[in-house]
Amino acid sequence: MKSTYTILDGNEAAASIAYKLSEVCAIYPITPSSTMGELADQWMSEGRRNLWNTIPSVVEMQSEGGAAGAVHGALQTGALACTFTASQGLLLMIPNMYKIAGELTSTVFHVSARSLACQGLSIFGDHSDVMAVRQTGFALLSSNSVQEALDMALVAHAATLKSRIPFLHFFDGFRTSHEVSKIKTISDEIIRSMVDDDDIFAHRNRALDSEHPVIRGTAQNPDVYFQGRETVNTFYDKTPGIVAEIMAQLGNLTGRSYQLFDYVGDPDAERVIVIMGSGAETASEAIDALRAKGEKVGMIKVRLFRPFSSEHLLKAIPKSATSIAVLDRTKEPGCAGEPLFQDVVTAISDAVMVGAMAAADMPRVIGGRYGLSSKEFTPAMVKAVFDELGKDKPKPRFTVGIQDDVTHLSLDYDPAFITESPAATRAMFYGLGADGTVGANKNSIKIIGEETEYNAQGYFVYDSKKSGSQTVSHLRFGPDPIRSTYLIQSANFVGCHQFQFINQTDVLAHIQEGGVFLLNSPYSKDEVWAHLPREMQQQLISKKLSFYVIDAYAVAAQTGMGARINTIMQTCFFAISGVLPREDAIAKIKKAIEKTYSRKGADIVQKNFKAVDTTIENLHQVTLPSAADGTRERPPVVSNQAPDFVQNVTALMMAGKGDELKVSQMPIDGTFPVGTTQWEKRNISQNVPVWDPELCTQCGSCILVCPHSVIRAAAYPESVLAAAPQGFQSAPLRGKNTEGMAYTLQIFMEDCTGCGLCIGVCPARNKQELGLRAINMENKDPHMEACKTAVPFFESLPTVSADSLDPTLPRDLQYLPPYFEFSGACAGCGETPYVKAVSQMFGDRMMVANATGCSSIYGGNLPTTPWRSDAAGRGPAWSNSLFEDNAEFGFGYRLTLDKHTEYARELVGWMADAIGADTAQALLEADQSTAAGIEAQRKRVQALRTKLESIEGGEAKQLHSLADLLVKRSVWIMGGDGWAYDIGYGGLDHVLASNRNINVLVLDTEVYSNTGGQMSKATPRGAVAKFAAAGKTSGKKDLGLLALSYGHVYVARIALGANPRQTLRALQEADAYNGPSLVIAYSHCIAHGIDMANGLEQQKLAVQTGYWPLFRYNPDLRGTETNPFSLDSKPPAKPLKDYTYNEVRYRMLSHTHPDIAKQLATLAQKDVHTRWAHYEQLVKNFEPAANTNPA
Amino acid sequence: MDLSTTYMGMKLKNPIVPSASPISDQVDSIQRLEDAGASAVVMFSIFEEQLRMEAAAMDHYTTLGTNSFAESLSYFPEIDDYAISPNRYLDLIQNASNAVEIPVIGSLNGFTNEGWIEYAKQIEQAGAKGLELNMYFVPTDLRRTGAEVEQEYIDIARAVKSSISIPVAVKMNPFFSSIANMAHQLDQVGIDALVLFNRFIQPDIDLEELEVVPNLTLSNPTEIRLPLRWIAILHGKLSCSLAATRGVHSANEVIKYILAGADVVMSTAAILRQGIPVIDTMLRDLKMWMERQEYESVEQMKGALSQKSVKEPEAFERAQYIKTLEHFKRHHAAMMPW
Repeated sequence: MKSTYTILDGNEAAASIAYKLSEVCAIYPITPSSTMGELADQWMSEGRRNLWNTIPSVVEMQSEGGAAGAVHGALQTGALACTFTASQGLLLMIPNMYKIAGELTSTVFHVSARSLACQGLSIFGDHSDVMAVRQTGFALLSSNSVQEALDMALVAHAATLKSRIPFLHFFDGFRTSHEVSKIKTISDEIIRSMVDDDDIFAHRNRALDSEHPVIRGTAQNPDVYFQGRETVNTFYDKTPGIVAEIMAQLGNLTGRSYQLFDYVGDPDAERVIVIMGSGAETASEAIDALRAKGEKVGMIKVRLFRPFSSEHLLKAIPKSATSIAVLDRTKEPGCAGEPLFQDVVTAISDAVMVGAMAAADMPRVIGGRYGLSSKEFTPAMVKAVFDELGKDKPKPRFTVGIQDDVTHLSLDYDPAFITESPAATRAMFYGLGADGTVGANKNSIKIIGEETEYNAQGYFVYDSKKSGSQTVSHLRFGPDPIRSTYLIQSANFVGCHQFQFINQTDVLAHIQEGGVFLLNSPYSKDEVWAHLPREMQQQLISKKLSFYVIDAYAVAAQTGMGARINTIMQTCFFAISGVLPREDAIAKIKKAIEKTYSRKGADIVQKNFKAVDTTIENLHQVTLPSAADGTRERPPVVSNQAPDFVQNVTALMMAGKGDELKVSQMPIDGTFPVGTTQWEKRNISQNVPVWDPELCTQCGSCILVCPHSVIRAAAYPESVLAAAPQGFQSAPLRGKNTEGMAYTLQIFMEDCTGCGLCIGVCPARNKQELGLRAINMENKDPHMEACKTAVPFFESLPTVSADSLDPTLPRDLQYLPPYFEFSGACAGCGETPYVKAVSQMFGDRMMVANATGCSSIYGGNLPTTPWRSDAAGRGPAWSNSLFEDNAEFGFGYRLTLDKHTEYARELVGWMADAIGADTAQALLEADQSTAAGIEAQRKRVQALRTKLESIEGGEAKQLHSLADLLVKRSVWIMGGDGWAYDIGYGGLDHVLASNRNINVLVLDTEVYSNTGGQMSKATPRGAVAKFAAAGKTSGKKDLGLLALSYGHVYVARIALGANPRQTLRALQEADAYNGPSLVIAYSHCIAHGIDMANGLEQQKLAVQTGYWPLFRYNPDLRGTETNPFSLDSKPPAKPLKDYTYNEVRYRMLSHTHPDIAKQLATLAQKDVHTRWAHYEQLVKNFEPAANTNPA
Repeated sequence: MDLSTTYMGMKLKNPIVPSASPISDQVDSIQRLEDAGASAVVMFSIFEEQLRMEAAAMDHYTTLGTNSFAESLSYFPEIDDYAISPNRYLDLIQNASNAVEIPVIGSLNGFTNEGWIEYAKQIEQAGAKGLELNMYFVPTDLRRTGAEVEQEYIDIARAVKSSISIPVAVKMNPFFSSIANMAHQLDQVGIDALVLFNRFIQPDIDLEELEVVPNLTLSNPTEIRLPLRWIAILHGKLSCSLAATRGVHSANEVIKYILAGADVVMSTAAILRQGIPVIDTMLRDLKMWMERQEYESVEQMKGALSQKSVKEPEAFERAQYIKTLEHFKRHHAAMMPW
């Protein structure tokens, strides 16, 4: 039969089958599975139909637990229902999974398998999550590749209906879920022939139905529960056979043959590996290479892990096997062996025990871990395992892929063992996220995959920052099937799309001899050589590379492409890589451009065409000199002033060499030093703000709004300037009693992302040229030299005492140092200014519980983290527990603090005689409501500790241990709206209901920003979001109003861009209130589809239109003359559309569904008025009775 | 009494035509215009530049920050089945044409040569009975001559006229050195009507924010004078029809324009300010005036006070300043030293 090919990733492959075979999909976003739910929702909004010609109902729930519950209910009522998830999400589904399995209900959960959060969170792939549910009763079916993700998805759906056992179909997160691959499709006819309608009718007939009622979900007692549990055995016994039959049926229909356990390798293999997931493909490639050298090796690919069929496994193991290594992609600390290993051992030992295998024939079985968190798993590592199996005394338990210098479990491997197919084009591209490299490469895969007979594979690696991030694309094309599920080790083409990378990264590390190197260079073919680091020059010569340059940014500017160089670099690749004949390739690029961009406008198509044509004229080969003559080496990754840990550990991660770190170099429990972003000078923006001291009013607004803390201020005696380096800028300090004082606004240019928010808020204008302000964006090159000496001098300046400052005034707050700096958040992030402000106000006594999401990623993603300490060593203590439990997690902080403080105070009381009654009284009655009061208490505590050191006894030791708790702490529970409105709402509500002193800061971006903009209950009506592709039809939940209904909760809604003073006042009041506080902060976001430089302007419009009314409710004012509820913004003064139509999230709907957009816009406008009327009523309700007419 | 007139070769029942404005954004509004007595309707303009910029903005903002971070490789649903195109506009023309008896005239503000022609064709295919070209360039290039600028207008008009078969009107601006010659050149191209004159958004300065802001205010009745003059001057000298637009708030302006030589009179401000029924009021007042002045038809009125029909044709050529001097000369010249 003739095959039809398509190009997609593992997530889309699985989702396409799931959608076809479902009536209900309950979804929730979690990396790396989110795409599956997004696609299902998108297809639903496009009206795509399932196999039975109806449009499935795709519904987002508030958590994975909710999704599982909804699936359970849908199944119980007879729907064909499924869900998609990963990692922690799967863990949240466990309770329902037991139920669904216990009730023998057919369903499929598709899982992009991912690590679980342990010592740290990881979004990357392994089997930790899947192995954590192996006991639930779900069948576990593994896919090793994108093709298999399609095929096994179908097998799972067919088998669950036939067997009544629920299936979990999984594939490796990122490696398979995100690998773009050319695969063979499955027609609807084949799908139809594999899914038996009678099975569906049987499924429906078992459903709950008031027409013929049954009761299910009873409570069972000791007399029958056990027997009831055993009733399912026969179903599990039959399932392997059913799956095998369905696999055979698929094989007959498609020609792709699968077994429960597929054996690959020498029929007489002596050494055999057992493995599951994408690693099996790499192992298969390695085995081919080893067999070619005469080695008798083989491998068993495990597909159906549960129910585990020992019978099928034993049949698959060659009789010749003398030693077996079972590789698990998970870790079970303290176990006898990881799960797959244990099952293989059990199967073999059972066989011996029952006499099916002679004891003498029993192979030796060893077990190892590999590939945790997408750790590379290469043919060299496979060879190392086979080598280990060949030893007389192999390690019974081992790891491979890391250097374990502590417990010495790891196997050594030879990285030079490379098995990549020489027939394939192997191309690596280094780009910036913003330059379109990844998009262009995905396009290239489509071109080659769709237009030629070649197989194609693409995999993309991203760094840990949301702004200025580096991407590395790995593309393989060739006539043979591509099974290399690892990063390219030997490239015959390398493209470096950003010139600065040559100073940061060894981009030629993986290029083979004679390869082609393409560099986007501002220097011509005759000039570029002199600008290369010496190491690179040497590599070019010694590897005999063909070296090409193009000034892609010049071509982009010339052709109207702005800063987008994707098409240009793609054209270069096709022109010089030889993957296709040049003319043919150019024609195909243009065809692809037309296809991709035609819906975006003819103009965009024409610009791209012009870029293609102009590229060839500007692409030049560089003639290599005979010897490297450069004098410049690649600069060190971090300054030699950095702490040892940063130089020895962090710097390696920053350089992309984290894989080289040994076990002994890693913190044992996930504890890392703070403040490491200061050592990572990323220099990601060419344009930075430049200060005009004469014009500046020293108001501090720019400092307040800077999302990356790159603008700081100092007020200091002018005399200090005598030691200032050349070019250090200052101005006389403005204000009363400031004679002899100077002021400096210092820009940390190397850390700036160039977002421009600061420019927009600067109130000072140049009278002669009103377009200029007191800070203006300029090219940083002329300023860098001065900046590099100015910053250290600035950091040495005396600081302003917090006692004299009112932190609710931006003018004063600017002098308080941020305890949060240079994060990897998006340029212009709307969240981080709030986080920074809180850190300035309370940083030295602050404890942060951070929900998983953007703020936990820019706050805690390695290699470098932004939370820092001060010169005294104090600063925010930060941690992230989970997504769903953050309120409870932070509440736990408060419980400890309260308990320890109470105990410390008790001890002070008990020891009053020993420490002095006056001291005890001062400690216990200290006023800590001001910075001065806190500082005074700190001094008392210091004196106490000194005194305690000379006092004997257990109580003295206890008090010494807890004395710091006598200084009050500020607990901040932070997170986004996905947490606060959805998954964490139950916990948040509970914590707010308590009387404990916790402060909750909700960074409300109105979508799940970190996972790519999925709808939350904070998403406004009429906005398009993922999971709301046809626009959100319901209104935004009023979280503030819900909290306010308790009466004892401090609640504020703030928007920095609209009213900075109200923002700062609310944060201070929240901290000051001795009870639960909730502050909801409008946070503009890249997912709104706005120019981020206008983010604060949008905040202002949100308030002016009445969309985001500002208010504060302070329970401390209850029973006083003052109204506790303060409505801090004016009534709606502009139509809502003045705000909404500036954002693509709203405008998109008017292009896709104009009528719905209009209806929802009308309703949204009504929402504004209704909400405002409600708030006004609250104001009136709080009016004292005395305000009525005195007459 | 015969109110009918001929415009762009089309016989209209009366000379009042609502000009391009947001009122024509809905079919039911267009129906209400017809019910109020409008003899044709000019649709709001389709702005090619706006479409292009919208497409570029959508592309920019939906791809901003994508493919950068592993967890959020995009921020919006990838929706394929939409295009930023004039489809909605074209649908509106089609639906409006089916819903009303009066001619529906499309209006186009192009941006590129291809755009002018392509969109003109699409508007024709959608069923428009005529097309008004809303041409407006601000020639800021110091090196560009007036002749070059004029040629651009001529070229576009010629290109559009030759690519479609429905009648074409050009909505002119009054900023040519020689308006008469420009009108003549456009007439020579073969266009079917000139609409005098276009009004544009002009920049203003916000004295509080110290910013330049766009500003467009509705016209007032005194603004009829500029178009009135040129209609009076051009009447009878061109093959094409003349439409007057600007400052029409009552039947008075309608009458003045017709007497100056307009074939139709277009109004936006009056309808926006007073509502669609104002058309009916204007027609009633027009009839009353005609009865009072004993005019039997609009045709009879047309150009009755145009330059070629009045006693002192130079009245339309002189600026107000000269008139004052003339007055002065007539009455006080003898007292002067010369």
